[in-house]
Amino acid sequence: MVLVLAIGDLHIPHRAPDLPAKFKSMLVPGKIQHIICTGNLCIKEVHDYLKSLCPSLHITRGEYDEDARYPETKTLTIGQFKLGLCHGHQVVPWGDLDSLAMLQRQLDVDILVSGHTHQFKAYKHEAGVVINPGSATGAYSSITYDVNPSFVLMDIDGLRVVVYVYELIDGEVKVDKIDFKKTSTATT
Amino acid sequence: MMLSDAMEDEDKWLAEGVAGIQHNAYYMHRALDSNNLREALKYSAQLLSELRTSRLSPHKYYELYMRAFDELRKLEVFFKEEERHGCSVVDLYELVQHAGNILPRLYLLCTVGSVYIKSKEAPAKDVLKDLVEMCRGVQHPIRGLFLRSYLAQISRDKLPDIGSEYEGDGDTVMDAVEFVLQNFSEMNKLWVRMEVQGPTRVRVKMEKERNELRDLVGKNLHVLSQIEGIDLDLYKETVLPRVLEQVVNCKDELAQYYLMDCLIQVFPDEYHLQTLETLLGACPQLQPTVDIKTVLSQLMERLSSYAASSPEVLPEFLQVEAFSKLSNAIGKVIETQGDMPIVGAITLYVSLLTFTLRVHPDRLDYVDQVLGSCVKKLSNKPKLEDSRATKQVVALLSAPLEKYSDIVTSLTLSNYPRVMDHLDNETNKIMAMVIIQSIMTNHAYVSSADKVDVLFELIKGLIKDLEGDPEDELDEEDFNEEQNSVSRVIHVLYNDDPEEMLKIILTVRKHIMAGGPKRLPFTIPPLVFSALRLVRRLHNQDGDVAGEEDPATPKKIFQLLNQTIEALSYVPAPELALRLYLQCAEAANDCDLEPVAYEFFTQAFLLYEEEIADSKAQVTAIHLIIGTLQRTHVFGVENRDTLTHKATGYSAKLLKKPDQCRAVYACSHLFWVDDQDGIKDGERVLLCLKRALRIANAAQQMASVARGSSGPVTLFVEILNKYLYYFEKGNPQITSGAIQGLIELIKTEMQSDTATPDQNSDAFFTCTLRYIQFQKQKGGAMGEKFETIKL
Repeated sequence: MVLVLAIGDLHIPHRAPDLPAKFKSMLVPGKIQHIICTGNLCIKEVHDYLKSLCPSLHITRGEYDEDARYPETKTLTIGQFKLGLCHGHQVVPWGDLDSLAMLQRQLDVDILVSGHTHQFKAYKHEAGVVINPGSATGAYSSITYDVNPSFVLMDIDGLRVVVYVYELIDGEVKVDKIDFKKTSTATT
Repeated sequence: MMLSDAMEDEDKWLAEGVAGIQHNAYYMHRALDSNNLREALKYSAQLLSELRTSRLSPHKYYELYMRAFDELRKLEVFFKEEERHGCSVVDLYELVQHAGNILPRLYLLCTVGSVYIKSKEAPAKDVLKDLVEMCRGVQHPIRGLFLRSYLAQISRDKLPDIGSEYEGDGDTVMDAVEFVLQNFSEMNKLWVRMEVQGPTRVRVKMEKERNELRDLVGKNLHVLSQIEGIDLDLYKETVLPRVLEQVVNCKDELAQYYLMDCLIQVFPDEYHLQTLETLLGACPQLQPTVDIKTVLSQLMERLSSYAASSPEVLPEFLQVEAFSKLSNAIGKVIETQGDMPIVGAITLYVSLLTFTLRVHPDRLDYVDQVLGSCVKKLSNKPKLEDSRATKQVVALLSAPLEKYSDIVTSLTLSNYPRVMDHLDNETNKIMAMVIIQSIMTNHAYVSSADKVDVLFELIKGLIKDLEGDPEDELDEEDFNEEQNSVSRVIHVLYNDDPEEMLKIILTVRKHIMAGGPKRLPFTIPPLVFSALRLVRRLHNQDGDVAGEEDPATPKKIFQLLNQTIEALSYVPAPELALRLYLQCAEAANDCDLEPVAYEFFTQAFLLYEEEIADSKAQVTAIHLIIGTLQRTHVFGVENRDTLTHKATGYSAKLLKKPDQCRAVYACSHLFWVDDQDGIKDGERVLLCLKRALRIANAAQQMASVARGSSGPVTLFVEILNKYLYYFEKGNPQITSGAIQGLIELIKTEMQSDTATPDQNSDAFFTCTLRYIQFQKQKGGAMGEKFETIKL
């Protein structure tokens, strides 16, 4: 069992002062094995904070990130799953599932995690999964109105991944759970 | 050498003294055992003669004294048992006065006196009065102090206090008080008279030794505080004035500091509160060198704790006007002690502020008054350079922030910014950070333009360059941290009312625009997004907007934003500005403001053309432009054509062929918006894809020429995917034949001799084919559509 935190579009301090206190108290070091961050942190302080939660930190570059060293896309393998990471502003139309599916094929990954729209999404597509963890700070977005802060925890166990979505709605943290199973056809 | 010699000598003298005491004690014990009064008196007097030495330091003298003291206890027991010596206590009292030397005589007299009082054959007050008078006979400071200390010791439990067995028959608590006060005064005089002279090194040592004796004097105050009969009235009328009189008149720095401190420590807080005026009145009369600020700080500390002990005592504070009395006293002390360093004065104000925050948390005027006094003290002086003083000012300014979690409370203090003005730039910044942190940790909103104005005045050290800021000594990390803090705080300047919110935004803008090119990239983005949130709020409540005169309209905000973002060109920060223009364009689109949206796009394109030269930055910028434009529906045909034409044109002009190709096929989405009313121009989509294909071909050729092998087929597979996308969406221009052709093309390319094997493109192609297979098997309309494609 591996816990992976998917988080992104924090836009600190451009659009939000900090992560919600309730999220901060939930995210403690030592619980998470990997962090995948879609980008737009935007400053080093946030990078350092994520690093403090878990040293295995994978970041792709959002269009507001000051650190130019983040790659545009990244893939990594966790257990039986191949994961792809991309901020998403490069994929026009933004947030379009079919266009993201193309990126998923291009990266040849089981799970594609992207951001940019600030809206949580988790879709099963063909044989894979496309996930958008939303904005962890509930940052303003020209794409999504009334953004609720959210992030995603993925529990990867064998051929199964359970996606937990944490969303802050009116000051309360709401958790949703979505189950995905990898079918054998997805591996070639 | 000299000092250590002296110390060796002292040890020798002490040893001699101890030997003398032991020798005589031996004979005294024998006399006591045989009940021989005459011998006992003889040897005890000789024993006590050892205390006549002047050669010992107070510390060593104390050792000697303690040995004598122990022996005197045995003698006292003997005196008490009249049947053993057959002499009445009255006679004994006479008898011991025949001792030849005054010091032994007085020690013996005190010892008998103790027995005398206990026997109650004479009133306690008479004996005590007699003893305290007689002790005047010894005027050597150390000998006198110890003798009187002995007197205090043996008389402690024999004072005619209320409820004591020695009270009554004309013996009153007044007599007890008189006796202790007199002994106290005499001891203090002796103590003050201790001469401290000689070279500095010796003087320091002697001063230290003198200080060691202070508790002998202070003991009397302690005894006084234990006298039950001293009620508030007696304390107020007699004890305090008499003690203060002695303190003031002795004119000795060490004594004054110690005794004031002692006085405050030993008597109850309630008494201090009720005699505040008298107590404080003494302060300015003390020697100018006395560390009065510590004394007062301790007094205020104790009073604050007292106030915190129970809410019932609070009315007392109001009744005696504790605050104004303390405030006045501090003012007077600072005035009279002209030499007091500035840090001392500020420390006093910190104590007073702490006091008022604890005792009168509701009295903001008091807080402001304290700050005001501080300003007065600091005015007409150059900025603080003493680091201890600035530390105290930071403490002074931090205290209200800690007390009132609502920052707005502190913002109403008119003297707050005036105190800050006296800080050096560095400390000013530190204080500004403290203020911001206080706001952030308390999650407090600053909800009016006026308050925002005050806040920015307070943190101006971070907002703009101050006079005398060093130009080149900028620590980039610190600077970034500071500016990010300012950026954060902008998000909590908020009001639900759009009119007030606009005022807040205008106020913030006014301040941050003065920040100069270094700061603008930090401060403009949060301002822009704060304004865009307001735009959205206004747009949502569209129905209520009164009309053009209404100041808070999206249009007006967009004008403001346009000017604001323009300022980034002086930095210059074209990439950031372009992103912000695009955010505004999309927001204007949402508000159905076509000309505004067009203007923002124009600005974005201008920056792209003129300012963004880096090829990588261009790729990102053009994708952002395409992505935004794709979502924009507000434009009429003409404007739309202009902008899409520009976007495709720039896409095809990117430096690297693969980048060109990708940007061009992304542009196809500008002509096909997959929602109900979206534009669907299949032909132009196809044109884009064909153009992308041409570029991909050109890229392959270039690779062949330049490197001798063709590049990976990725671009072709990407274009194939785009074809599939539009094929699924029902674009009539995209046929299964074209898709079939592309598949064959890719296969050929992959099998060509010059092909560079590439796992990634192979996998991509495999995935794509599998996807087609997947769609074919889906059945239904989609399955049918894909039927004709052969794999």
